[in-house]
Amino acid sequence: MSSANNGFRTESRLERVLRSGTFAVTAELGPPKNADPAVIRQKAGLLRGWADAVNITDNQTAIVRMSSIAAGKLAFDEGLEPIIQMTCRDRNRLAMQADILGAYALGLRNLLCLTGDHHSFGNHPQAKNVHDLDSTQLIQMVVGLRDHAAFQSGEEIKGVAPRFFVGAAENPFADPADFRPLRLGKKARAGADFVQTQLVYNVPRFREFMARVCDLGVDKQIYLLAGVGPLKSLGAAKYMRDKVPGLDVPNEIVERMEAAGKGIDEKKAKAEAAKRVGIDICVELIQQMREIPGVAGVHIMAIEWEEAVEEIVTRAGLAPRPNGSAAK
Amino acid sequence: MIVAEQKPLEEIRNLIRGAEKVLVVGCGTCVTVCFSGGEKEAGILASAVRMASRVDGRPQQVTHAVVQRQCEWEYIDAVRDQVREADLIVSLGCGVGVQALAERFPEKIVVPGLNTAFMGMPVEQGVWSERCQACGNCLLGLTGGVCPIARCSKQLLNGPCGGSVDGHCEINADTDCAWQLIYDRLKAQGRLDLLLEIQPAKDWRTSRDGGPRKIVREDLRLNPTGSD
Ligand code: SF4
Ligand code: SF4
Repeated sequence: MSSANNGFRTESRLERVLRSGTFAVTAELGPPKNADPAVIRQKAGLLRGWADAVNITDNQTAIVRMSSIAAGKLAFDEGLEPIIQMTCRDRNRLAMQADILGAYALGLRNLLCLTGDHHSFGNHPQAKNVHDLDSTQLIQMVVGLRDHAAFQSGEEIKGVAPRFFVGAAENPFADPADFRPLRLGKKARAGADFVQTQLVYNVPRFREFMARVCDLGVDKQIYLLAGVGPLKSLGAAKYMRDKVPGLDVPNEIVERMEAAGKGIDEKKAKAEAAKRVGIDICVELIQQMREIPGVAGVHIMAIEWEEAVEEIVTRAGLAPRPNGSAAK
Repeated sequence: MIVAEQKPLEEIRNLIRGAEKVLVVGCGTCVTVCFSGGEKEAGILASAVRMASRVDGRPQQVTHAVVQRQCEWEYIDAVRDQVREADLIVSLGCGVGVQALAERFPEKIVVPGLNTAFMGMPVEQGVWSERCQACGNCLLGLTGGVCPIARCSKQLLNGPCGGSVDGHCEINADTDCAWQLIYDRLKAQGRLDLLLEIQPAKDWRTSRDGGPRKIVREDLRLNPTGSD
């Protein structure tokens, strides 16, 4: 199989960018809470050409949205390279494998394996949760479908096996902190090709995490993309600092967001000033990420603010993107 | 033990509406220990229902009894005579007790007075906490004696999710993160290597997912089958 792909594991464009040693850029596209394909097309237009691949979220924060595979196909038709997110929360291994076969048949080539936020956070807290597999086991399953042409049960796939470039997630800021690099190593051993981290705002803590990852040699086994994202407002910064489990937003970042709007009375101008600083911080973070050994790229999460990605990528000196992921 | 709590009085009264003679049957085992369905609670419930029915002007005759173990027919037989007198039975046993009564006395209406919650233990006076989900293939030997099936909100088998902070589970600050507990215990015992091994996908056939379960011990059966 690999010879057919010139030594690449998959047909993923993201795999090509990462293997070439180019500092990679991925972004994020959240499907709508309705059935409107125009939303995806509009967001895809904002992202096209500015990222090598784009995560399509799967019922993010446990809120029902258009399926990541359907939205991913729409984005693909718009010229994006989608990374389909798949959580273990909503589907058992039968449903997951069925969707993986379908996603591949539709031309999708990257799959990100996630545990999923607990459904008690979302808009259907009454639901039965699944968690038949955990994210490490999901990685094993997707890798098995690809490298062994076998279903999770061991049964052989007769005919076309889905060959995904397999992603994982890691949160360097969650507890137990000592275990995080080891957990990432487990995911690499399970066969994940790349990992995207939780949003990084605390750079010193992230550096410590990366030092440990490199000590363990895990950076040689997996491409690591550091999560970054522009803060939209002071309120968003405070919310992330105080309310989101596993996010570490240092006070000095919150203070910078606060200072941005100081002395401006007009509401719109005040909000605009905060957004500018949010983007400035994000660009600075990317520049710092580029200096950290073991970081192969950035994953820009500009949730419901896709139009910011172009400016961030350009100002961070990461434009244009390599061929294959450039604007149509 | 099996931990349960009593249903609201109004719900119980709805379940027994129209019955003239009601028998409340408590259980002397788990639900006595967790103060939800023992002798005392059965007596209190019987008098509460009695009083309420009188206030409503439709008095019901409510008596109570307790069996030592409602989940075994031999023990249930001790209240056979009282059951015969009643139109309806409110079981203050766990879900197993309710069904055992219903199976033993199929002509009687049996309704539950408790909500059976989980298998767990008291962790302080008045607080009970879940410990086991009867997955049928115990993993505690790999996880430092802390169950990730019953105690991790996502039943993870390969370590904590990204929402574990300060020892709490992401669902709320009142819930311990099972994986933090597992990590701490194995670390203290110098056995962290156990966590580095990838635990493969669990075979859930031994759990409820395989259908209702049954254990057959031929060595204990009085009329063994299968062998010859
Ligand atoms: S691993 Fe299974 S049997 Fe063991 S305590 Fe947990 S749920 Fe119970
Ligand atoms: S925070 Fe801990 S207990 Fe809660 S779901 Fe994550 S790993 Fe499980």
